[in-house]
Amino acid sequence: MEFDTQKQLVIVGGGPAGLAAAMEAFRNGIAPDDILIIERDRELGGILNQCIHAGFGLHMFGEELTGPEYSGRFIEEVKNAGVGYVTNSMVLSISDERIVTFVSPEMGFVRMKAGAVVICTGCRERTRGALNIPGTRPAGIYSAGTAQRYVNIEGFMPGKRVVILGSGDIGLIMARRMTLEGAKVLRVCELMPYSGGLARNIAQCLDDFDIPLYLSHTVTEIRGKERVEGVVISKVDENRRPIPGTEEYVECDTLLLSVGLIPENELAKLAGIELDRITGGAVVNQYNETTVKGIFACGNALHVHDLVDFVTREAYTAGRSAAKFIKDGGFEVATGEIICKTSGGVRYTVPQKLIKSVTVPEELKFYMRVDNIYKNVKLELHAGGETLKSVKKRSVAPGEMESLTLGAAECAKLYSLGVNELEITLLHSEEEAK
Amino acid sequence: MKKNLTCIVCPIGCRLEVTLDDNGKVVDVAGNTCKRGHDYAMTEFTDPRRTLTTTVRLTGSDSDSFLPVRTSAPIPKPKLFEAMKKVNTLEANAPVKVGDVICADFIEDGINLIACKNIDQGDSHDNSKR
Repeated sequence: MEFDTQKQLVIVGGGPAGLAAAMEAFRNGIAPDDILIIERDRELGGILNQCIHAGFGLHMFGEELTGPEYSGRFIEEVKNAGVGYVTNSMVLSISDERIVTFVSPEMGFVRMKAGAVVICTGCRERTRGALNIPGTRPAGIYSAGTAQRYVNIEGFMPGKRVVILGSGDIGLIMARRMTLEGAKVLRVCELMPYSGGLARNIAQCLDDFDIPLYLSHTVTEIRGKERVEGVVISKVDENRRPIPGTEEYVECDTLLLSVGLIPENELAKLAGIELDRITGGAVVNQYNETTVKGIFACGNALHVHDLVDFVTREAYTAGRSAAKFIKDGGFEVATGEIICKTSGGVRYTVPQKLIKSVTVPEELKFYMRVDNIYKNVKLELHAGGETLKSVKKRSVAPGEMESLTLGAAECAKLYSLGVNELEITLLHSEEEAK
Repeated sequence: MKKNLTCIVCPIGCRLEVTLDDNGKVVDVAGNTCKRGHDYAMTEFTDPRRTLTTTVRLTGSDSDSFLPVRTSAPIPKPKLFEAMKKVNTLEANAPVKVGDVICADFIEDGINLIACKNIDQGDSHDNSKR
């Protein structure tokens, strides 16, 4: 395939993942003018620009920053290092030969051959269409993130009397934000019997303002012709089906949906990258390399994170790996793969597989999510009939990402076993059964 | 008397059990995994405080109409809405740097309202470029 120009490293997306990946590649020897970050929005920083609340950076910086402060630190780093970036620019496709096609006001229509590509495209919100809520189609229905952008960046209030469906962190944060800006948040409804958000956000976003949380409830009808006039809320059974007779009509002018995030991977699909059915992101190895050579993925495009600090760490791995790939022309001759399987309530793990590199890694880090709330469990990594790692957990929940780290000795052990698969599982205790 | 409380200091969100004496004074905190959690529980019953994050109107920028701001320290929880009213009367001017004081002694002496974003002055507002 033809191309017009070349760069060693192209990073798709200038949010927290893209910024960190770029800086880490720079620190690992890639010239700053041979890196190009392509950002779709008018500025760098990604979704953090609209996340004006505090709570970011506890792991990375040991202090609680707001979203713009957190991304601001990385934007400064990128600018000071002279790393290349373009804004208002949209990547149209990535080929399996790493030709990135994009349009940009300054550069026009460009086909750029990249030594390596890092996909940092983040995620999208699920919409009303994905939920199939019956009723009319009036104005006043927003995804929570859209409302967040209106309020925090554009300066518009989406409504005055608000019902929020979904108790993920964005929904909770928006309940507080809308309340502070003068709206009445009537209730937050959650389909599941537990909230998907952090416990502290229930406390400081709902309890602080006496906003009721209705667990095992959902919106079963939207009413209103031009504008939302109200919603019908029903209790659901253990199979998440609405229970007839429990309907309650709530008058409101706005419905916010905070019902899940989906990694954005249209570009990854075009490149022929294999996606994980559960995460919605790419299948990657320990280098964060996808199934297409030299194309890497990290951040919310890979799997949806709770904390940006972990996005940054993951992006460092991707950036470092991309630099290594560029300099060495790939990774050491592999002697096969180890497939990472999950069981016992662990839904997925990232990475999904390991390349058996010639050199034994110093450290291997796995991220995973569970499918339910479990108490007093052990998170374990098994291979070849042996337990390589076991960590006690007082409580695990789907809303909170877990991780397991293998140190140098454990990595050496894993490699010496000569296995082709490992398993990450939850060991349930008798105590839990009670 | 014992009361349950979710710690809001960090994302772990420890479940705290606080023991109060007859005067409503905290005499014991259990369930915390760090010192900051202990301190949070001690003040939550006597002087609950929250860091306020919001936006103020911004002039002088081509790109941004609002500036994200926060209080430099937590302010009394009952004063959050009073603080929001005051915020709505304020205006900031680009250029601004993270940490710039937008309003000194905001709500309480020694606590400032500070900028959370670096925003350049817009070309159309910069007289030297006209």
